[in-house]
Formats: sequence, C-alpha cells, structure tokens
Amino acid sequence: MKEYAYFPGCSLEKMAISYNHSALETTYKLGVNLKEIEDWNCCGATAYFHVDELLAYTLGARNLAMAEKEGLDLVAPCSGCYKNMFFTQVHLNHDPDLKEHINAALEEDNLQFTGNTTVHHLLDLFVNEIGLEKIKETVKQPLTGLRVAPYYGCQILRPRKDHEDVENPSFFEGLLSAIGATPIDYALKMKCCGGSLLITSRPAAFSMVHNLLKNAVDNGAEVIATACPLCQINLECYQQQINREFNTHFSVPVVYFTQLVGLALGIKPKRLGLGKEFISPKKAFEAIATATG
Amino acid sequence: MGEKIGVYVCHCGTNIAGTVDVEDVTRWSGNLLKHRGVVLARDYKFMCSSLGQELIEKDIQELGLTRVVVAACSPHLHEKTFRTACERAGLNPYLCELVSIREQVSWVHTDKTAATEKSKAVISGGVERVIHHEPLEPLHVPIHPATLVVGGGIAGIQAALELADAGYPVYLVEREPSIGGHMAQFDKTFPTLDCSACILTPKMVQVGNHPNIKLMTWAEVTKVDGYVGNFQVTILQKPRYVNTELCTGCGICQEKCPKKVRDEVFEVGLTNRKAIYTPFPQAVPNYPVLDKDTCTYFLKGKCKACEIFCPTGAIDFTQEDEYITVPVGNMILATGYDLFDAHRIPQYGYGRLSNVYTSLEFERLCNAAGPTNGNIVLRDGVTKPKSVAIAHCVGSRDENYNSYCSAICCMQSLKFAHLVKERTGAEVYNCYIDIRTPAKGYEEFYKRLLEEGTHFIRGKIAEITNAARTTEEEGKVIVQVEDTLIGKQRRVPVDMVILSCGLEPRNDAKEVAHLFGLSCSADGWLIEKHPKLDPLATMTEGVFIAGCAQGPKDIPASVSQGAAAAARVLGRIQQGEIALEPVRATVDETRCSGCRICNDLCPFNAIIFHEDRLVTEVNPALCQGCGTCVAACPAGAIFGTGFSNEQILSQIEGLLLLNVALEPVPA
Repeated sequence: MKEYAYFPGCSLEKMAISYNHSALETTYKLGVNLKEIEDWNCCGATAYFHVDELLAYTLGARNLAMAEKEGLDLVAPCSGCYKNMFFTQVHLNHDPDLKEHINAALEEDNLQFTGNTTVHHLLDLFVNEIGLEKIKETVKQPLTGLRVAPYYGCQILRPRKDHEDVENPSFFEGLLSAIGATPIDYALKMKCCGGSLLITSRPAAFSMVHNLLKNAVDNGAEVIATACPLCQINLECYQQQINREFNTHFSVPVVYFTQLVGLALGIKPKRLGLGKEFISPKKAFEAIATATG
Repeated sequence: MGEKIGVYVCHCGTNIAGTVDVEDVTRWSGNLLKHRGVVLARDYKFMCSSLGQELIEKDIQELGLTRVVVAACSPHLHEKTFRTACERAGLNPYLCELVSIREQVSWVHTDKTAATEKSKAVISGGVERVIHHEPLEPLHVPIHPATLVVGGGIAGIQAALELADAGYPVYLVEREPSIGGHMAQFDKTFPTLDCSACILTPKMVQVGNHPNIKLMTWAEVTKVDGYVGNFQVTILQKPRYVNTELCTGCGICQEKCPKKVRDEVFEVGLTNRKAIYTPFPQAVPNYPVLDKDTCTYFLKGKCKACEIFCPTGAIDFTQEDEYITVPVGNMILATGYDLFDAHRIPQYGYGRLSNVYTSLEFERLCNAAGPTNGNIVLRDGVTKPKSVAIAHCVGSRDENYNSYCSAICCMQSLKFAHLVKERTGAEVYNCYIDIRTPAKGYEEFYKRLLEEGTHFIRGKIAEITNAARTTEEEGKVIVQVEDTLIGKQRRVPVDMVILSCGLEPRNDAKEVAHLFGLSCSADGWLIEKHPKLDPLATMTEGVFIAGCAQGPKDIPASVSQGAAAAARVLGRIQQGEIALEPVRATVDETRCSGCRICNDLCPFNAIIFHEDRLVTEVNPALCQGCGTCVAACPAGAIFGTGFSNEQILSQIEGLLLLNVALEPVPA
C-alpha cells in the first residue's frame, strides 16, 4: 500500500470533517494510506504571509520537514494549505540563505528541511498518483447521468507557470467522467469563491458567489463538486442570503469530490460524511439510483 | 627571421579613450613589446579614417613593417578596412590583426586603470598571435547565374521577378499548390485600403508567364549540396495527379469531385474545398492538385469522377514523387510566417466561444471571394454583429508566449475596425497596449479611425467569456479588460471578438535553417548577417533571406527585402566570381581516423566523408571557418587556417603577459 504524509489542516478537524472522512475512506479503498503528520502545525492560512513572511515560511517548512523525516511525499486536501506548502517548497529551494536561516530554527526541533519532497493536492493524488484507470476499475456504482460542475477554485493552479494548462484545465472533468458522472462545462470553474472576503467585504464576496452559482446552474449543474473546505462553505452556506439579495432561487448542493468518488466506489454515504449538508444532495443522488436501476 | 611589427591604438573619439589611457597603452606597447618585434606604436583619434589608414600604409612602405596590429573596435566592423589598407601598401592582408579594445574593453568596463591594463594584455596577445600569421590568398569561385527562391509569398515573388527581369534564370519553389502566400488571403491592405488580390494577382500572373522563371509549386527543397556559386539543390515535386501539359485549368474536375474537405489552409477552416482543388480562383499556376489523403479513389479504390469528366484526359493517378536537382549560384529564402495559434491562450476562448475569430479568419470573412462573399456575419452565417471587440497583441508582447512585437497587428486591427464600421455600422472596441503606427501614412490612418468613432480602450484583455452577469450580457461575448487610462475594470459585451494574432516563425523554421546551413534566433526567426547593416545576407555565403522569414514585417517591407535580396544576388552574378575568405579548416588525411565525429557538427554542411578512403574532407568553398570541427577532432587532424594551435596558444601567452619576460625574438 503506497503511503503519503497527510496534512489535513485545521478545517478538516471540525468544519470540513466530512471531507476528512471521505478522503481517508476513498484513498484507503484505492490502495493508498494517508499517514497523518504527527505534530503538524498551521499552514499560515491566507493572512500570515502578509504579516510576517519569515515566520510564515517557517510554519510551512516545519510541516514539510516532518514529511521528509518520514521519507514521504506530502498530501494536502485543502487548497489553501496546498498552496502555502507548495510555494514554501518552491521559494525556499530558490533562496538558500532563507532555507539555512529557517533550518537553524528547525534544528531546535531536530528537524531539517531539504526541499526534496513532492507536495500534492488531494485532487492531484487521485488524478495523477492513483490514476483514472485504477479508479475506473474500482468503481462499483457509476454516477451515471449526474451532472456535476467541477469547481477548481483558484488556489490549486494559481499562481503557476509550470502547469500545462493553468487557464483551462480539464483533469477534474476527467476524474468525474471516470466515476461515471457527467461533468458540465462552465466558464467560471477557475474563478475565486471569494475566499475570506466574506469576512471583510460581504457585498463583494456575495457578488462573486452569485456569479459562480448562476454560471454553474445556468449550464445545468445538479451538484457542485469542490476540492477545498473554504470553497465548499462559501458556495453552499450563503445561498439563502444570496437568494434574498439577488432575488434568485438557488438550491444547489455543494459536496466534496471525495464524497462523489466514495459513492461511486460503493462506500456507505454515512461513512463519507454525507448528511451534514445545509442543502441536501439526496434528491440529485436518488436520480442516479433510478437512472441506473 | 624577426618580424617588424607596428602597433596602432585607436581612440575612437572618446569611445575608447574615455575609459582607456590610450597614450599609456601605446607607450607600453612600444617599450615593453620591443623585444617581441614591435618597432613602433602609434595612437590616433580615428584609425579607421582615411588619415589613420594612410598612417599605416606609410609605415609599411617606409619602415618595411611585416606585421600590423590594430587595437580598435570589433573585427566585425573594421577588420576588412585595415586588411585592405595593408594590401594597398603591399602587405598581405592576412598579416594584419585587429584586436578589440572597444566592445571587449572600454564599453564593458568603468575602471580606467583596470581597462588600461586589460588593453595592454589584449594588444600583447595580438602581437604574439600575429607573429605566427601566414600570408593567405582568397579563394575565387565562379557564380552560376541561376537563383533559387524558396517561398512564393510577396517577398519571394518580388525577388523572383527582379532577377528574371534582369535576364537571369530563377527557380521559384512553393510548398502550396499556388503562389501568393498570406497576401492572397487578405481582403484589403493598410493604410491605403487597396484590394490585396488586385495588386497581388498581376504579379502572380507575371511570375507564371515569365520565360526566365521556372515555377515549381506543390514542391519542397529536400537537399542542398555545394557552396556559394555552385549549389546543387534537390527539389521534391509532389504528385499533383494532374498532367500539367494537358490541363487547361477549366475546373470541371473540381465541380464534379464528390468529396468535400475542410479547407484548413487557404480558408483557415471556414469552408470546404474539394479533394481535387485549386485553393482560390486566381491561383498561379491554375492547375488543380489532387489531395491523395482525402480522395475517394485513393481511399476506397473507386470514384475517378475527375478522370471521367476531364475533357483533356489530364488526370493521371500514376504520378509519383519526383526529385529534381538543379544547379544554382545563390539562394533566397522567403519562407514567411505562421499565425500565432490562439488556442494557446484559453482565457480568450478561441475554439470554445464560437464568435471569437482569429485575424486570418476575419480576413477571409471580409473577402468578397471568401466563404460569406465578404459579408461580415457571426458563425451562424446570417447575423450581422452590432458590436465587435478587437484584441491587439494576441501572443505578442507577452512573456508567456512571444515577447517581441509582431509589428503588423496594430495596423491590421485598425484596418479591421474600419472595415467593420464601414460594412456593418457596428460599435467597435479596440483593446490595445500601445498603438504603434510607425510607417508612411500609418499615423494618418490611425487618426482617421479616431475620427470615425472607434472606441479605443488602453488595456490588455484579461479574459473573454460567455458567463453573463447581467441581462445585457446574456448571449454576448464579454470582454473583461482594465481600462488603464481611467483606472477601471470594464466588461464590454459584444457580438464578435477578433483576435489580432501575432506572427510566429514557421513551425519547421529550424529544419529549414539546418537544410540551408543557417541558424535561428532565440525567437525562431532566421538570423541575418548583421541586424542593421546586412539584414539580407546570412552567415552562409550565397544564402539570402527576405520577408517575414527574417522577422515580422508588413507588405511594403517584405517587398523591399525581396527586391533588395535580388539586387544582392544580381551583383554577385554580374561579377561572375566571388572571392572567399581563406580562413578555412583543412583535414590532414594522414592523421584522420575516419571517426566521423566532425561530420554532423558542421553548421554549414561543409564536411564530406569519403567512404572509399574512410577519411573526411572539408569543402573549402562551403567552410566558413567557424572552427567547430577543429576543436572536436580527437586526433587533432583538422587545421584551422588563421586559427592554428600555435596562434591561439601564443595569443593566450600574450594575454597573460608571459611574453614580457620572454626571450627577445632574434633580430
């Protein structure tokens, strides 16, 4: 069984616990062991890099150093965690002085950051490490006919220049097709969900979420699949308020992609954390059951 | 026998003297290199002036100098000047050495003391080297009067006509079924708005009828042997499956052919052609080409409708590839450009959003002979756009794609804006980074557009999307752009977007460059001999470049280059022979082990391997004296004239000032 160092991040402890459960269940079923890093710390989130770069990089470097100690590549399910860890790795590999400086601090903890692990997003693990062929083979109940909007969000691919197609990727669609669902095409799949703007500027964030929901629903989405806890919350939890504000009638379920994969692999909904949503996907899922008989 | 060496140090105004203490360098050379044979050292304000040159000539004649070292600019600029001066005074020109204390010293340093010391070392190196120079004689080769022109776009057409009109034979090779190039696809030309076909087709006809032009379309050059004056070029004539002796160009075969194929080349995918076709009505030559890959007969073994209906029996299914070898003295490459592939910028939606067009698609849309008979309509084929946005700099001036400016897109976009306005009355939005209209009549055209009421938004488009936010945006293509003049983000909903795509080197430019012994710049364009003073010649003698193959340019510039390249070739032909630099590599056959390591390294294809004797030989007329093979030869069997080991090692000793302590050269 292939093993990875798992960095769940704070959201998956409580708020996005269903993402955590479904991630562990599905990867286990696909022959991958996610070994949680024992004493992981905060990734720095959005704010810390603007407050104190040195300390923010140190946070990331410590997590990476712990994965290195285990000799494992690191997997992060949250896009924010992933971005911070990925860029810490890239940045420190380009700045040997800073790396040395941080390593002096890590030494207190008997840790050493060399920068030789690979950082994967959980979605990347499914698509490129496990592979779509393997997933297709393992699928028990294909989600035939379910029209899913793959929502990439911004931080999985941005800001990057080394990825083949940062502007119009299609690997999420590929994963959804592999589990039998129908990925829908919509223009805003890469647009920001508003992130933490919901705290600082509600009208701006609402307008962004509204555009996203409208674009997905207009193009026939029954369910929106996300790969990040913050995206999930922003898209799901504010639909009522947005309906009041914009005079709309959104009621579209927003689930984690791992929950969809889990269903297709035949894992019980409860083990995938399903049933904790504000907007239940039950109706959409029932349609598959009737479609497949 | 000791040499009598003269050292001349140039001030180059303040170019050198500003950073180097020229007087000190001169004094030092005269005193400390005396024991190495330096009999005099002089400095002068401008050595390259006629007075400076006379100084050298006088010294040679009066003092009997046997070697000359000039410390001035790069040999690229004035080596020839000083060699010629020596020759006039009766000294073999190759006994003169020019060392660079400008490009390699004064221009790159600021510390005067250090620069002065470095100049001394550079001169000392030159002195040590020149001691080992030998008198050389240039190589004279005759020039064959025929010329090969590759590429039948406007630059190639112009070059071919100039040469042919002067009375010399030309082989014009074109890859497509017809000559005309990109210009034949355009509707109007900026800034005068004359019809592109109307000004181009008379020239095409002239080419087709010219007794001195052997036109070979649907053909490609596959091999180039020989050297300047005496090239042997092998051309692949692809089978047309049409006997051109019998064909009258009546067009019945195209009418009767039942197979429709998307025309990806001339009509850029907007409409269909037949499997047997001429790309456009005014094609030259007017014989059709049968496309084997799509022809029903070749795919399924039956049909032959074209053969059945051809009134002259010109269809010939038995034709095969034919290789023709022709002798030519010079070659002009006018291979043109490819349009930037707009799919590479997915956020601009090309290929995804149906009403986003490339510039070449729009040219066809405007063209009266195009798929819509010149009606500017959306992809549905009927709706006239009420608003059109034009994106400048697509794939150009963009670090992610090509960082260069494609030179033609601003004027092209202005032309599009005018045509849209004139023919549809639509609102037009030009989204630009900077407007660049630097040629004759161009700025006036821009002014005219401003007066016509076209909207200009200064900002690079971030995104083109169909995700509507408001009801006005529903069903439209929305252009998201920062208007940097008012400092605001704008969303402009329009019916149609035209992407003014940049120009790129041909996708096979590298292979073509290799075939003709040329090289490509970092951006992929063919490299000229000198960017300012010799943009037509290349580092390979006898090969010239013209038009967009050399870099993005508009029609007038392409025509000028085509004509100028022809003039260069004519000069050569009329001289009858050419003197080649004697700096060449030669192989000592007794030491050559036949390992062939050098064979593939030669950038000029000058190395021949003799299978019978298992030794390598360098063709002296093709060799450009680059020295790659000399350095690579593991047996030390290749000797570079003018760059012998002795010369190089002595120069290094000189640079290290080891000679200052050396024994005096016996007088």
